[in-house]
Amino acid sequence: MKKALGVLMILVILGSGVLFAAGQKESGLIKVGIVNLPPEESGYRQANVEDMNNVFSVANGYDAKQTNTLDNSEQIAAAKGYIRDGVDYLLISAANASGWDDTLKSAKDAGIQVILFDRAIDTNESNYQAAILSDMAYEGEKAVEWVLSLGLDKINLILIRGQMGSAAEIGRSAAVLDAAKAGKLNIVADGTGGDSWSLEEARKVVEAAIAAGKDFNVIYAQNDGMAQGAVQALQAAGISHGKGGKVKIIGFDFNRFALRNVQAGYWDADMQCNPRQAAEISKWIKSGKMPSGVVYQEELLLTTETISDELIAKWGINADPGKGVITR
Amino acid sequence: MPKLIKHFSHLVLPVSVMTLLIIINLIKGADYFRITMVNGAFYGNIPNILFGASELVILSIGMTLVTAASRGQDISIGVSATITSAVFVQYVLQAGEVTLLTIVVGFLLSCVIGLLLGAFNGTLVSVFKVQPMVASLILFTGGRSIAFMIDGKLSPILANDISNQIGTVIPGVPIQTPIILTVVFIALVAVLFKTTNLRLYVETVGINPNAARLNGINPKKIIFLTFLIMGICTAVAGFIAVNKAGRHDSVNLLKLIMMDAILAVAIGGNSLIGGKFSITGAIIGAYTIEMLNRTLLRLEIEPATIKVFKAVFIIILMVLSSPVVRVFMKKALDRFRSWRLSISQPKENALSTTNIAEKKEE
Repeated sequence: MKKALGVLMILVILGSGVLFAAGQKESGLIKVGIVNLPPEESGYRQANVEDMNNVFSVANGYDAKQTNTLDNSEQIAAAKGYIRDGVDYLLISAANASGWDDTLKSAKDAGIQVILFDRAIDTNESNYQAAILSDMAYEGEKAVEWVLSLGLDKINLILIRGQMGSAAEIGRSAAVLDAAKAGKLNIVADGTGGDSWSLEEARKVVEAAIAAGKDFNVIYAQNDGMAQGAVQALQAAGISHGKGGKVKIIGFDFNRFALRNVQAGYWDADMQCNPRQAAEISKWIKSGKMPSGVVYQEELLLTTETISDELIAKWGINADPGKGVITR
Repeated sequence: MPKLIKHFSHLVLPVSVMTLLIIINLIKGADYFRITMVNGAFYGNIPNILFGASELVILSIGMTLVTAASRGQDISIGVSATITSAVFVQYVLQAGEVTLLTIVVGFLLSCVIGLLLGAFNGTLVSVFKVQPMVASLILFTGGRSIAFMIDGKLSPILANDISNQIGTVIPGVPIQTPIILTVVFIALVAVLFKTTNLRLYVETVGINPNAARLNGINPKKIIFLTFLIMGICTAVAGFIAVNKAGRHDSVNLLKLIMMDAILAVAIGGNSLIGGKFSITGAIIGAYTIEMLNRTLLRLEIEPATIKVFKAVFIIILMVLSSPVVRVFMKKALDRFRSWRLSISQPKENALSTTNIAEKKEE
């Protein structure tokens, strides 16, 4: 009985092996291996992963596989697996910027074109074909440009930073710090939402500034959640904000709830951080015009004047609370 | 009076830590305790602290019990609260029209989920004898992904009026709702301990499970029960947190709060290896941590170094108020007193000898 079972199991394993092999026929699809972070990392990543899945689909002529992990060594193992599978293109958003040299070189030797998206890797530029990134410094500059264009007599700004030392925090802070150094604006409070870009921490930063009797008229929060926390603090203290209010609010990332708040005049502006690189990459692949080196994406800043339903639907990320709904 | 002092002796540590912080804050600015009315609600540093610490206080109560009975910590509390609140949000969102009943039913549902999560951890710890930190590591690692799935891979918005009032103030009530909910929860816990022998059982199990078993107390049941209570605590904390935030962010909601909760238990004068415990201490500890966080902001410490300052502050506070320093201070005080005595006495002696000498001369 046991022997018969054993034989049966071997047969099943062999049979499934044959089926599996049959499934790997040449199909004329472009083979793409995507190494990415997991969607539960953030709203940004969720939109990013979904976008990758939509664009690199069979319907669009791709045979794509995606690996999502926060662990750099798992990512490298996955990339090596794709290289062995002989993919045509390898797309990478690295969990850690270092440790990729050997993997990238072996991809190059195998004739695979490597495209980095969203996150850069510390390596020689010759090791990859192209990189499509968000320029955090550009985002910061654009946001500060908006702050300076508000026409306020004197800009007293509360800076709420994200995770200290992260690329987004450094880029988005740099423009503010430069402007402060040049005397264009005055930073009255400098705080951080901590490693989790925390709403509660941001709220505390603003509450502390209010308790200290500071006079401020701009809040520059480096993501939407922290901008929300800052506004909660203003609400509790009875300080007006948004369109026609005393304090101007700007957030980052283009969450749909944030854009709805801007639309309703509850906040003043939001700066985009675009997670949708897939369409651009697909365009490169399909047209055969592959750029080399780093390419930065165009990104938008929307204010109460320039915002529209179409833009919210097209560029926003995460759940949409619906028109006119304010997220307090 | 001495009896009263002895009764509250376990509170010396948390109260002295809090007093130190208050002194620092008063030095920075004398208006620390000022309270004003804004839009019909109290506003000021103290209401802000009470408001900000509500989830931490509730979780610290559960953490104290778990620590006392199981001699270990539950590190999955923030994640559990994220899952329970995800269920709450989904229930409210699918209801369409949001009434008070929807909120209450959603809350009760999230309590059931909290009990299930507590039972999961509790079973691992009590039946399978897995160490609490390892057992709760499972939920800690995988829980946020579960919440992410419940959320439908998005962060849903909770924009109805009732949720907003629970997260801020109810019109006509001068105190912010999270503060009221916290007080009600503390009162319920107090009633629970007044009316049952839970304290005795938990302490007995924590001090010596075998002795407890020989005396007819089933340690497994008691440890399991503390995890169930923890489950309720996470559900309540999740409920408050998500209503405060107005949307459910499965990634960041109550992230790393277990560290502060464990710290609150320790500042509260509780041993982290179980046994006798003080919930009052843990509650004061939780408010102290919130006060510390805000003190650092009040002192305008640079964001890059604020975490370092927090760590240094905690070490200084703990050392200054530790029993060792207390004993040392007492000894020093005694020595000072005897030194003063010894100064005043020799003077009298010297005086008398000179008197004698003078007399002799005479």
